[in-house]
Amino acid sequence: METTKANAAFLCNFEVMQILQQLKDNTQKKHKREGSLATVTYETVHFLQNSDCKNQSAQAIQKFLEAMKQFKLTKIEKLMMVNTPPRTELEIQLIVQESEERLSEEEVKKIIDLANEFLPPSDSI
Amino acid sequence: MVHFYARENVLCKLIFNKMFVLAEMKDVIRVTPEHFHQSLTESITTLLNRKLANKVVLNVGLCIALFDITHIGHSYIFPGDGSSHTEVKFRYIVFRPIVEEILVGKIRSCSREGVHVTLGFFDDVLIPVNALQHPSRFDETDQAWVWEYPKEDGEKHDLFMDSGESIRFRVTSEAFEESLPTGPPGTECAVQTVAPYKLVGGINEPGLGLLSWWEAPEQEDDDDNEMEQDNDE
Repeated sequence: METTKANAAFLCNFEVMQILQQLKDNTQKKHKREGSLATVTYETVHFLQNSDCKNQSAQAIQKFLEAMKQFKLTKIEKLMMVNTPPRTELEIQLIVQESEERLSEEEVKKIIDLANEFLPPSDSI
Repeated sequence: MVHFYARENVLCKLIFNKMFVLAEMKDVIRVTPEHFHQSLTESITTLLNRKLANKVVLNVGLCIALFDITHIGHSYIFPGDGSSHTEVKFRYIVFRPIVEEILVGKIRSCSREGVHVTLGFFDDVLIPVNALQHPSRFDETDQAWVWEYPKEDGEKHDLFMDSGESIRFRVTSEAFEESLPTGPPGTECAVQTVAPYKLVGGINEPGLGLLSWWEAPEQEDDDDNEMEQDNDE
């Protein structure tokens, strides 16, 4: 076996959850369950369902990313914001490197508002 | 030249490495004759998932599930073997968080080495002692790390890190270990079980650590004020 490209593309947590749930439904229908695949999909879906991506939808993420275009953020920073939507200024400081220089206070507030609007927190947390 | 190389490295880091990535791979799949009644795609999917799911590929990451098959080559039958051999190119969902990424996990246990964190599907995350909030001490009776949060009046407020709590940490480094093949089933060989893929995390920054430490800081301030008022009364 050969790996041609270790990092061909990236997926956000929501996408992974969707794919795995589909896979789970399909395998259950056919009454065929492969041991290690079943374990890893179960555990991963369980982990993702306890995170914020449970309530997300493809449309909301798209709208959020659209809105994020006005700020000069890197791809990773935006991805992290989708995976763990920031609720406080502190979280933005953690996600965005040198956030104090790159973002004004108003911009930080705006990002938090946008995150709350499109990627609302789940009740379980 | 050196400078250029260094910058290129940084660029790679910026473009790639996310929590979940797609890895493009190539393999020759052997389908045994008893599975010829299935469609080729179906057999390939089953076989690839059987081979890779929940396993670590060296320097790639922890494989989760097949994403798609991008190319199926010609199938060959070799003399003396009734199976068909097909070259396939496919993409696999792989867990490989970026160094510097912030993740949220749960505390599995605490030991003198540090705090062990689990993500449910991935257990080999360690937050070493020197990457805990400062100052921290290890509580022998509770077997838990405690952050001795200094209060303004010079006293300390003990914040326990109990197992099962949600914890936010930054990935600081990763390590792949080439693992030896295990012996045949049934035999008790003394094969050392090393974790093939380990992550090292850190929580020594404001905002990192147990989620409950940083929840709604404004409200906590209010509480403090109220407490002070209570004291005054």
